[in-house]
Amino acid sequence: MEEMLREYLPIIVFLGLAIAIGLILVLAAVVVAVRNPDPEKVSAYECGFNAFDDARMKFDVRFYLVSILFIIFDLEVAFLFPWAVAFKDLSMVGFWSMMVFLAVLTIGFAYEWKKGALEWE
Amino acid sequence: MSVAAIAFYCFALTTVAGGLFTVVSRNPVHSVLWLILSFLSSAGLFVLLGAEFIAMLLMIVYVGAVAVLFLFVVMMLDIDFAELKAEMAKYMPLALLIGVIILLQLAMAYGSWAYSDGFETRLAAPQGDMQNTAALGLLVYDKYIMLFQLAGLILLVAMIGAIVLTLRHRQNIKRQDVLAQLYRDPAKAMELKDIKPGQGL
Repeated sequence: MEEMLREYLPIIVFLGLAIAIGLILVLAAVVVAVRNPDPEKVSAYECGFNAFDDARMKFDVRFYLVSILFIIFDLEVAFLFPWAVAFKDLSMVGFWSMMVFLAVLTIGFAYEWKKGALEWE
Repeated sequence: MSVAAIAFYCFALTTVAGGLFTVVSRNPVHSVLWLILSFLSSAGLFVLLGAEFIAMLLMIVYVGAVAVLFLFVVMMLDIDFAELKAEMAKYMPLALLIGVIILLQLAMAYGSWAYSDGFETRLAAPQGDMQNTAALGLLVYDKYIMLFQLAGLILLVAMIGAIVLTLRHRQNIKRQDVLAQLYRDPAKAMELKDIKPGQGL
């Protein structure tokens, strides 16, 4: 256990450094920067008139489709990792089960392609 | 206190704090960002448990994909959250009831929790040369082939479902058709017509 954690030491150091640098940058702005707020200065600038609307607006639903398809293929790749690592010791059943899995998802991919879900406009 | 214990308390604290701020923060986008922090520190907890593969999977799938999807959904929903909060007060009694029930269930579960003999040896991650990813690889595709194939089918259904539900092709838009564009004959692309003066086409 200790040995395994020692292998993660560089990652911990990296994480600590990342957090430290992030904090320093944020806190330096708080400490060093000159702040002289003013209602006009801090209000949203919108070319002369008051802001009409919230900045939040509806996104096109196609972004959602792209990210859903991304997640599905992400999971497919996640299943491939242990298969590839254990490939040398894998039985024939293990090998062919992955082939069937890939075939099933390839059917989905073909459907997606045929439907034009990957095309934007 | 060992390094592992210190790391555990750091990650556990961050996970709980992230979860808490996910619930209480006013801006839903900030909620999702706190959720990502929570996912990341749970990945750290998995590493401490010795489940490295699950930790990395949490990073790739949850932080990389699911959190992005959540962000999309939060941005896509054009909801007045102040109004939603006001409506939430109406359902508060029901929410409290469910919370109390879950708390009671947890208390019952812990009350009747019993360890079998020699549990200490089985709690820790198995020691050996076998890495955890390889061990999973030997099990999932062979022994649990049925579940694995079902997972594949679920992914297929999800893919088709997402396409059927959200894909709307807009009409009256010129799309690229690479093959047709490549094989078009330049000689036929333009037609010259000889028009006599004063006659028109």
